[in-house]
Amino acid sequence: MGDEKAAGKKAKGTVFVRSEVCKGCSYCIEFCPTDCLEFSKDFNSKGYHYPVLARPEDCTGCDLCGLYCPDFAIFGMKFKDLEARKNAGASGGAGG
Amino acid sequence: MKADPRGVLTGIHFMDGDHAACEGALAAGCRFAAGYPITPSTEVVERFAARIPTVGGVFIQMEDELASSIAIQGGAWAGHKVMTVTSGPGLSLMMEHVGLAAITETPCVIVDVQRGGPSTGLPTLPAQADMMQVRWGSHGDYSIIALSPNSPQECFDLLIKAFNLAEEYRVPVFFMMDEVVGHMTERVVIPEASEIEVVERKWTRKKPGEYRPFECEDGSLVPSMVKAGDGYRIHITGLTHDERGYPAMNVAAQDKLVRRLKDKVDLLRDRIVDVREDGVDGADVVVVSYGITSRIAGAAVEAARARGVRVGHMRLVITWPFPSGRIAEVAKTARAFVVPELNMGQMVIEVERAVCGRASVRCVPHAGGTVHDPDVILDAIMEAAR
Amino acid sequence: MSEDLARFEDVENPVMPYLRQERIPHIWCPGCGIGTTVNCFARALTESGLDLDKVSIVSGIGCTGRVAGYMRLDSFHTTHGRAIPFATGLKLANPRLKVVVYSGDGDLFAIGGNHFVHAARRNMDLTVICVNNSTYGMTGGQVAPTTPLGATQTTMPYGNFENPFNLPFLADACGAVYVARWTVFHVKQLTRAMKEALLKPGFTFIEVLAPCPTLYLRRNRLGDGVDQVKYYKEKSTIKHGADTKEVGLGFQSDIVVGKFVDRERPTWLDSMNQHFSKVLGTRFQPWGGSNGED
Repeated sequence: MGDEKAAGKKAKGTVFVRSEVCKGCSYCIEFCPTDCLEFSKDFNSKGYHYPVLARPEDCTGCDLCGLYCPDFAIFGMKFKDLEARKNAGASGGAGG
Repeated sequence: MKADPRGVLTGIHFMDGDHAACEGALAAGCRFAAGYPITPSTEVVERFAARIPTVGGVFIQMEDELASSIAIQGGAWAGHKVMTVTSGPGLSLMMEHVGLAAITETPCVIVDVQRGGPSTGLPTLPAQADMMQVRWGSHGDYSIIALSPNSPQECFDLLIKAFNLAEEYRVPVFFMMDEVVGHMTERVVIPEASEIEVVERKWTRKKPGEYRPFECEDGSLVPSMVKAGDGYRIHITGLTHDERGYPAMNVAAQDKLVRRLKDKVDLLRDRIVDVREDGVDGADVVVVSYGITSRIAGAAVEAARARGVRVGHMRLVITWPFPSGRIAEVAKTARAFVVPELNMGQMVIEVERAVCGRASVRCVPHAGGTVHDPDVILDAIMEAAR
Repeated sequence: MSEDLARFEDVENPVMPYLRQERIPHIWCPGCGIGTTVNCFARALTESGLDLDKVSIVSGIGCTGRVAGYMRLDSFHTTHGRAIPFATGLKLANPRLKVVVYSGDGDLFAIGGNHFVHAARRNMDLTVICVNNSTYGMTGGQVAPTTPLGATQTTMPYGNFENPFNLPFLADACGAVYVARWTVFHVKQLTRAMKEALLKPGFTFIEVLAPCPTLYLRRNRLGDGVDQVKYYKEKSTIKHGADTKEVGLGFQSDIVVGKFVDRERPTWLDSMNQHFSKVLGTRFQPWGGSNGED
């Protein structure tokens, strides 16, 4: 899984996938700016292949996948934002 | 709760029914109205457009009756008492949104100044031919309330009652005027605001998160309400929905919702109905009438009594729900019912159902365009008494 | 990835607080673009800084008509074509609300066309977001007022011979103060446009081109949703301020996207308040301007 490429390269972020709500549209895979996602070999319970982070070292956590995903099944986060959230003890949320 | 004095034009006036209806709406607390011009109802919104800027509220003339009948529902969910005004052809266009108001339980008042139909019919002349349409016009099963004023004074008084009933039962309430009542000018007494009882919306006491928009409590069949902007994040849909307001496409949810939409008026029918009786007990013949026709029928009843007939008069002030129970009771002693109406026989069907063969029922139809000749009603009474 | 998940297992999709999560998964088909527009809308709401308790969303009927039901806002799923007049009543009766109409092309421009025209003419203070998928999805792929010439639909089985609307031109001609078109490929631009529209007083309109794989693409042998989004990517040209007369769409034609109109006109409520203040003086009871002040 790109071990040689990974050497010396550090991921800036990652993605989170709720595989069960994925409908396999492939928007996230197609439009990922660093091309780090691929379809899973497995199916989810509805019979769809879902995205997996095939090249984690390339992920920037830009969340473009999250913006594209019509099923709210994937989103990206930058590690620095994740750490900040963890420290703040919040899971984010809508205002109001 | 007493009326907001800003909307109450206290005094003794000489005004027509359309204008009196507008004053009734303002006194009842209506602060948002939408309408579309149509004879013979337009004077109601014309006056509203002139009055509301100094009372505090909004009138908008929409692009058609479909728009005005749903704009008021937006206004209701923003928290206001609302009204639209129309006549036959416009009422037909509004039917879709009668259903929406019924299923979303949106309090609203629809004033229908009836004219001759079908279609464009007789724009400037009276009829009472929309009585069944307001009861059954939108698809699906639901209940509504309808009132039938017979004078400008009642256009004021009963329109306040119409708003109060809309709030109490959360149903569309129809105000069934006609061209004659709308355009006749009479003395109208508007009392002090402190003498006018208005019903406030049934607001929930629950907090966001606890509140479920279509949950009934304490044995009531009418859920409490909130308005947009108060942090409840409600969802309101014309789809069949559960207590949360979320779409529920199943037989159980449909059964539960539709039964309640029917029952909340039908089971409380006896509390809602308003029948003004004159000499009904012991009468051989009973005239059942409503709206403008009740004034003509009153003259015929007097004439029949002068000829020695024991005739009573039941005037339906509230036409829907129909006072089936009282009519059935009267049918135990009366021999005949006479039902004059400015249509070819609509409410007479309800009389027949209530009487259920225990007495004869005679319709006195009229296709509309003018009111009955009292002699025609008198003849029907005399024949029924024979 | 599993390692990351273990470290951050409580992390929630940032769109989730905007959704009625108990209603997810939604009803939309695989590859449908409506969900993508919802992500952009949620992001735009955050960036707008609006108090979400004061934002209402109104939809009509159809696939996009279901958006209201998924948003955790005060939300109204009304009748077919009538979202705009409902929204008009909501806004006028409480001018402090920000009211968004979110619906489809058939709903807003066929059965609801007259309401769109008049709300734009009045400069009613509404943001209207139209997800244009060129078809009636919910009812099975019938011809819409936006179906390109030549496209096949169930009620145009030999190809569409009816001229479609050019929606930005229509909105522009009717007086909308903000008119933009983006596609679901342009998620960043769409998000920015939604934010701009939310914050601009008056009648603001955004057309979003989105794929309907099940009923438009399949019937026209155009592949999956992702293939259509790739087409949007390849054939779109950004042209801000383009003459809206020139931005009509043909069957799989070039697409002009961008912000076409951004102008100032007094809103209906501002006009009413100014006019009545002038002619009625102190007798007038003001009823809130576009900023919602009483």
